[in-house]
Amino acid sequence: MKSNLIVAKFWHPERMMDALADVHHKGIPVYDAYTPFPIHGIEQYLDIKRTRLSVAGFVYGCIGLFMAALLMVGVYRNWGPDWFSNVYTPWPMNIGGKPSLAWLSFVPISFELTVLFAAHGMVITFFIIGRYYPGKKAELLDDRQTDDVFVVAVDGDQVIQHEKIMDIFKEHGAFDVKLTA
Amino acid sequence: MHVEASVRPKLVLNTDEYRQITDDIARPIEADYNKTWLIAFGISALVAGMGLSLIGWTIWEGIGVWGLNTEVGWGFDITNFVFWVGIGHAGTLISAVLMLFRQTWRNSINRSAEAMTIFAVLCAAIFPGIHAGRTWDLFWFFPIPNTRGTLWDNFNSPLLWDIFAISTYLTVSLVFWYLGMIPDFATLRDRFWKQGKQTASQVYGYLSFGWEGSARNWSRYEVISLILSGLCTPLVLSVHTIVSMDFATSVVPGWHTTIFPPYFVAGAIFSGFGMVQTLLVVTRKVYKLENYITIEHMENMAKIVIATGSIVGLAYTTEFFTAWYSGSFFERYIFINRAFGDYWWAYFSMFFCNVVTPQLFWSKKIRTNMTITFILSIFVNIGMWFERFVIIVTSLHHDFVPARWANYAPTFVEVGIFIGSFGIFFTCFLLFTKFAPVVNMFEVKTLLRELKRPAGIPAVPKDEVPVHH
Repeated sequence: MKSNLIVAKFWHPERMMDALADVHHKGIPVYDAYTPFPIHGIEQYLDIKRTRLSVAGFVYGCIGLFMAALLMVGVYRNWGPDWFSNVYTPWPMNIGGKPSLAWLSFVPISFELTVLFAAHGMVITFFIIGRYYPGKKAELLDDRQTDDVFVVAVDGDQVIQHEKIMDIFKEHGAFDVKLTA
Repeated sequence: MHVEASVRPKLVLNTDEYRQITDDIARPIEADYNKTWLIAFGISALVAGMGLSLIGWTIWEGIGVWGLNTEVGWGFDITNFVFWVGIGHAGTLISAVLMLFRQTWRNSINRSAEAMTIFAVLCAAIFPGIHAGRTWDLFWFFPIPNTRGTLWDNFNSPLLWDIFAISTYLTVSLVFWYLGMIPDFATLRDRFWKQGKQTASQVYGYLSFGWEGSARNWSRYEVISLILSGLCTPLVLSVHTIVSMDFATSVVPGWHTTIFPPYFVAGAIFSGFGMVQTLLVVTRKVYKLENYITIEHMENMAKIVIATGSIVGLAYTTEFFTAWYSGSFFERYIFINRAFGDYWWAYFSMFFCNVVTPQLFWSKKIRTNMTITFILSIFVNIGMWFERFVIIVTSLHHDFVPARWANYAPTFVEVGIFIGSFGIFFTCFLLFTKFAPVVNMFEVKTLLRELKRPAGIPAVPKDEVPVHH
C-alpha cells in the first residue's frame, strides 16, 4: 500500500459520499475509496472513467467467433500451416448427401465459442488490470473495509494543507481520520 | 431511468446494519460442525460413493449391466442428463436474467442458486460420459487434431453442439459464481483474521485474490457482472435449446417437433425453481436465514413455478393437438401410446406433478406455507424427471415396425447411479453451505439502504456510530 495517505473512515456510505462530493468540489484529488459493496455514483468523485472492459469483451467474442469458423471450416477444408495440413487429410463429411459446409448447423457452436471467449477473456482481463491473483496479499487500510467501514484515501503527496483536508472529512462525520506513515 | 415503487416489501428483515448481515451469514461458516450437518453429509457421501462405485462397475463391465436394449437405447442415462441440466437453469435465470431485469430480490438467493447450477451441471456431465460405453475414449467427443486416420467430429450433429454448449455453460457459470464470491471471501478473510483464526484467514485470503474493495475495481466489477449476465442469458437459453435439438433434429415421432426448444427451456426453468425451493426451504431454516431469504422470496419463486408449470402444461396439450392435426398416423399413435400405452403411469405422474399440483400455488396461504411449498417442490422434481423419461422412452420403445417393439426397465445399476447422482449433488451442496457464504453478503448490503439523497447536500444524522461498536 502506498504511504503518506490521508485516510478517512466512515460508518455510513451516505456520509462518505457527502464528504467525497465536498472534497471533489474543492478540487482535491481522491486516491481511492474502499467500500464493502459497490456504491453507485462514486465514479464521478474519483474521476473514474467508464471501463473499456465491455469493448474488450466484444473483441474477445469476435475472436471466439473467428476461432469457431476456423475450427469448423478449417477441418473440412484442411486449412492451416503445412505441418498441419500435411499430416491431416481433409475431412469433408458426407452425411446423407447434405452439404458439409452447412453454415446453419455451424451457428450453435459459433455462438457457444463466442460466449466462451468473451466471458473468460473479459474475466481474465479484469483480474490482470485489477492485479488480482490467487494468494495475493490484500492491502487494507482498515480490517473492516470489507465488512462495514467505508474508507476514503487522499494521496498526501498530491495535496498541500493536509490538516484542512482532514478537517473536511471530520466535518462530514468521519469517525477516524489520519495520515498513514 | 430506474423507478421503484416505494411500497415494495423490504427484502432484508429485522436488521439495519451492515455488520449484522456479515454476522448472520458468516455464522454457519464460523460455527462448529453440527450434528445435523455431519449426518446429512455422511449420508450424502455414502450415497455418492454408491453411485460412483456403480459407475465404476458400469465402466468395468460395459453398459450391458444396464437395462437398455436395441430399441430403447437411451433410458435412465439420458433422462438423468436432461433432468440435471434442466435443474441448473434456474440458477442462471436467477443470477443473470433477473439481474438484467433489475429484480433485486435475486440478491439473496443468487449465490445458492448458482451453486446449485454448477453442481447440477456436474451431475449431468457424468451421464453422456458413461452412456457412450468406452469411457476411456471420451476425448473423441472433442475436436482434437489426431492421427486416428484423421477422425474429426461431425459439426452438423446436435450431440456435438451439446458438448460445446455444456462445456461453455459449466465453465462460464463457474466463473460467474466465483467472481461473485471473491468480495465475500475477502470479508471472511478479514473476519477470521480479527478472530485470530489464521489458517482459515489464509485459506479465504488465497481464494479472495487479494480483494480490497477499491472503488476503481468495484466500478469494473459491476460492468463485468452486467456483461456476464448479458452473456449468460442467451447462453442459458441456448443450452437447453441445444439439448432439445438432440431430440428435435431426429426423425423419431414424438421427438421430431419444432415446439421442443421453448418447451424444454420452460421445463428446465420450472424444474430448476422446484429444486431451488426444495433447497432453500431447508437452508433458510437450518441456517436461520429467514431475514434474508424471506417469505417474499419464496412466494416470488412459487409464482415463477406457476408460470413455467403452466407453459409446460400448454406444451403438453399443444403436442397432442399437433399430433392430431398433423394427420400423420405414426405421430398420432405415438402420442396416444404415450398417454395410454405401457408407460401411462409415467405420463400421468408427469402430468399430475407438473401441471396439476403447481396450480395450488395460486393460493397465497399455500405459497407462504413452507411445509406445503417443500412438498410441492418435490412434486415438481419428480414430475420433471418423469417428463424426460416419458419423452425418451415412450418415443423409442415402439419403433416403426411392430416386430421391433420392446419395453424398457432399468436395472439396479441404473437406479443406483441415478440415486448416486443425488448423493454427489447434495455432498457438493452441503460442502458449499458449510464453507462458503450461502447468501451474497455484499449484494444484500446494497439492499439495506438505498442511497437516495442526492449527493452534495450535507446532512448530519445524529446516529453517528452504530450501537454495536
